[in-house]
Amino acid sequence: MSVGAPKIPVTVAEVTEVNDLIKRFRFVRRDGGPMPPFSGGAHVVVEMDDHGTRRMNPYSLMGDPADSTGYCISVRRDEAGRGGSLYMHHHVRPGMQMVLGAPVNLFALDARAREHLLIAGGIGITPFIAQMAQLEALGGRFELHYAARNRALGAYMPALRAAYGDRVHTYFDDERQLIDLPALLAGQPLGTHLYVCGPKGMIGWVRASAEAAGWPRATVHHEEFLAPPVGVPFTVDLAASGKVITVGASQSLLEAIEAAGVEAPYLCRGGACGQCETAVLACDGHIQHNDHWLTDDQKASGTRIMPCVSRFEGRTLVLDR
Amino acid sequence: MTKTDFPPSIRSRPVYGELAYRPGSLHLMVADGEGANALVDLVARAGAEAPGLLARAHIIYMPGPNGTDLSAVVQALGAAQFHRSPSYASAELRLRKVLADARMGLQVYLAGTEGLIGQAQREAMAAGLPHDAVQTEHRGATVRRVQCVHCKGITENVRTDPFVCAHCGLTLFVRDHYSRRLAAFQGVNIDAEDPGKVPPLVERFT
Ligand code: FES
Repeated sequence: MSVGAPKIPVTVAEVTEVNDLIKRFRFVRRDGGPMPPFSGGAHVVVEMDDHGTRRMNPYSLMGDPADSTGYCISVRRDEAGRGGSLYMHHHVRPGMQMVLGAPVNLFALDARAREHLLIAGGIGITPFIAQMAQLEALGGRFELHYAARNRALGAYMPALRAAYGDRVHTYFDDERQLIDLPALLAGQPLGTHLYVCGPKGMIGWVRASAEAAGWPRATVHHEEFLAPPVGVPFTVDLAASGKVITVGASQSLLEAIEAAGVEAPYLCRGGACGQCETAVLACDGHIQHNDHWLTDDQKASGTRIMPCVSRFEGRTLVLDR
Repeated sequence: MTKTDFPPSIRSRPVYGELAYRPGSLHLMVADGEGANALVDLVARAGAEAPGLLARAHIIYMPGPNGTDLSAVVQALGAAQFHRSPSYASAELRLRKVLADARMGLQVYLAGTEGLIGQAQREAMAAGLPHDAVQTEHRGATVRRVQCVHCKGITENVRTDPFVCAHCGLTLFVRDHYSRRLAAFQGVNIDAEDPGKVPPLVERFT
């Protein structure tokens, strides 16, 4: 169960093809009321009924937080993924009824910042679109550095340039343009906060560079949702509810727990928020920790697991759920 | 003489660490009194990084409230910039200027008494750094900077508990409640209920 506010029953209002890989979806409430407020950087979990398989994927809200008439997300088609993005691309049409979780923000702007340095890679641009709208309305200082594979895949670049002018800097991999990170990091006034969202490699590069350049940890923010990886099916003993379940190859442990009718907490479903943390009562085998939440020591101890992204290989796994 | 160990207290009471080298484009060090030795130890622990640290270091040093003046020791470190001030008040403008001109990558190291650390940390926060991005190490006198909750006046270098407010004359009990914004502990009238019933002034801070 998602912790906190109730779910939102919505109708798909628009589906727009942004480029070869990305589609944008707009949702409005079925009862015509206003959407719950959110702040830039928030995401929602979109619930999908993919021909009998329940999928719940997190997507960043990209609309203007001041607009309460609907929510917008952009979905990049991932042919190799577990199927959520393919379902969104192939089956979701205007007029369809869907359910969204309440917005949750794990990537909020820090209001104490003097300036916001935003670094986006590819589809990682979406939370920044909402954040920039919010900063613009509040008079916050920001600059965006946005890298994409090529011009055709640089989603929303023309619109962002038109709205924010020379505060938007674009880079294209196929034109061998690279963000000059050392110079960028060295030139920021004291009190600047850094935000990065994009592919794993980019996030690692930006965070490591910031640390080497002496940026305090509290000024560096990142968002990386992990998709639950596919793997070998395994069996789990749910001690508290007295059930034994099997987790399928392309199913997450959290999804399997939910499919068995057992309530389990979650927020991000991407290994980032910590909400789904579950105690391991017995473990004879190897837990594949795929989250960003547990510390290395906790992972090594084998006493906790994050069911939204982590898997197991071995004889027995008993969870306190 | 090493860093001061304070007994555990409420969450509000600041805790101090041990200065450690961190990579940075400019290293601002502010110290008073015995805090000089914390800077010496910081440089010693920096090992191979020490020359680079000193080449980009700006040190502001002043004597402690107990009169300890180790200016010569600090100057001998050979930092790119060394400035001695007679007091924190006279160093504050320079500190503000360095912070105002600084870019991200600045490292701030504060060492010495709580009054110095708290006030310099407040300036760093006002300049935009998160409070926990500033490194601190306590050395030397444990006298306190206390704000009277009644008249709001701040008394420096408080040695006894209770003590007499330098501004309104009330006898104040020194609490461990601390304000980062004021860089001061809180002093509360000890004989509000029974005027005149004042316990003896005990020397608690030295
Ligand atoms: S639901 Fe957020 S870490 Fe698992």
